Amino acid sequence: MSDAPSTPLPAPFPAAGNLTDAEREDLRRHGILLTSLEELYNWGRSNSIWPLQFGLACCAIEMIAAATARFDIARFGAEIFRPSPRQADLMIVSGTVTKKMAPLVVRLWNQMPEPKYCIAMGACAISGGPFKQGYNVLKGIDRFIPVDIYIPGCPPRPEALLHGLTQLQAQIKGERMSGPDAARHLRPAEPSEFPIPDYGARDLEPPHNPALFQPPTLPRKA
Amino acid sequence: METLEQIRDRLQSRFPAAKVELVTNPGAAAEHSLLLDAAMGRELATFLRDDEFLRLDYCSNATGIDWPEKEIVDTVKKSVPDPAGGPEKIIEEKTKRIQPGCLEAVYHLYSMALKHGPVIIRLRTANRTDQVTLPSLTPVWKSCDFQEREIYDLYGIVFEGHPDLRRLLMWDGFKDHPMRRDYVAPDDFEWEPTPHGGVLDRAKAHYPATPEAGAAKEAPKP
Repeated sequence: MSDAPSTPLPAPFPAAGNLTDAEREDLRRHGILLTSLEELYNWGRSNSIWPLQFGLACCAIEMIAAATARFDIARFGAEIFRPSPRQADLMIVSGTVTKKMAPLVVRLWNQMPEPKYCIAMGACAISGGPFKQGYNVLKGIDRFIPVDIYIPGCPPRPEALLHGLTQLQAQIKGERMSGPDAARHLRPAEPSEFPIPDYGARDLEPPHNPALFQPPTLPRKA
Repeated sequence: METLEQIRDRLQSRFPAAKVELVTNPGAAAEHSLLLDAAMGRELATFLRDDEFLRLDYCSNATGIDWPEKEIVDTVKKSVPDPAGGPEKIIEEKTKRIQPGCLEAVYHLYSMALKHGPVIIRLRTANRTDQVTLPSLTPVWKSCDFQEREIYDLYGIVFEGHPDLRRLLMWDGFKDHPMRRDYVAPDDFEWEPTPHGGVLDRAKAHYPATPEAGAAKEAPKP
């Protein structure tokens, strides 16, 4: 195995050895189920994501619509909106995060136990959206907490939220339980809680978490 | 309903000490208003509410205006006789004067009982810096409560006699009054993907100073 790549390639099913998906499916039809703890763990987690029940603006209305019978987020196992952050796996930042609200959102995130995920839903949660140049709106929640999935839209339709949720499920299903590329919540060095900004005299202090957010540099014309 | 001139005259005769002015709106809307004496604002407002011909029992809207200090140029045309005996010359004399700034609270009043309105009244502070107190009209119209708090928050008018004068939108430790004309928003323009106008000017302060990158661009192409 001297010619093995330095970074291990993700195998489709870690426990299945060299079996392909089709062979496994064939075995399953004959009553033989091959799986691994990792796969089972991720399968269970990804199909029971409990979102935190809170909404910030009009995107929350779309989130509520996604929970109704017409769009039915329960098809993906994420219908149990928990009113307590202690019981939630997923924070859907649905709407405009004002600077007055931002410390409270970060505090809720810190109160959620690992493993936890964050969806920034809508233009405001991503970047401030139409209120970006306002004095009172945070220019993206990723300045204070790590975001896994960004869902653009103003507001995104419920289908877009469901798509974001299935993308998150795919991300969870690809996570490893051990090794250098283990899931974030299994790496002890990764922070789970983030500093809560203070209300300053003019702005939040600090205005963003420098460990999380650095403004991208674009090549610009002089 | 009486005209504003009639209301003004009746206010003047009822309160001879108070100064009541008619402020005309030259725009198409022609929403003229009454500028009340701020010192007697509460008594005048109570009269407007309780007078049997007006019964302005509903304040639908209270808002603020910031009038910054303004330089006004007065032009006076003078005809000067030509000493040589020619035709008279017309000379424009320009004099500059400073119109002092002030803060203003505007109330839109309707009568639910008599089904008429709106009557617009204004109260002005003495200046924009230290004498920014106006009588609160919340004891007269309950609906002014939150709106006067919002005016206090965003314009910095202190309403004397307000039952609960706290900031409404910004946090308590916030120092500025963001709707004032001279307010400068905090400088968090480090990431503006498509800046233009004033945003571009503020974003440019964050652009990396790379003269060598610009020089490399201008290098002759092979």
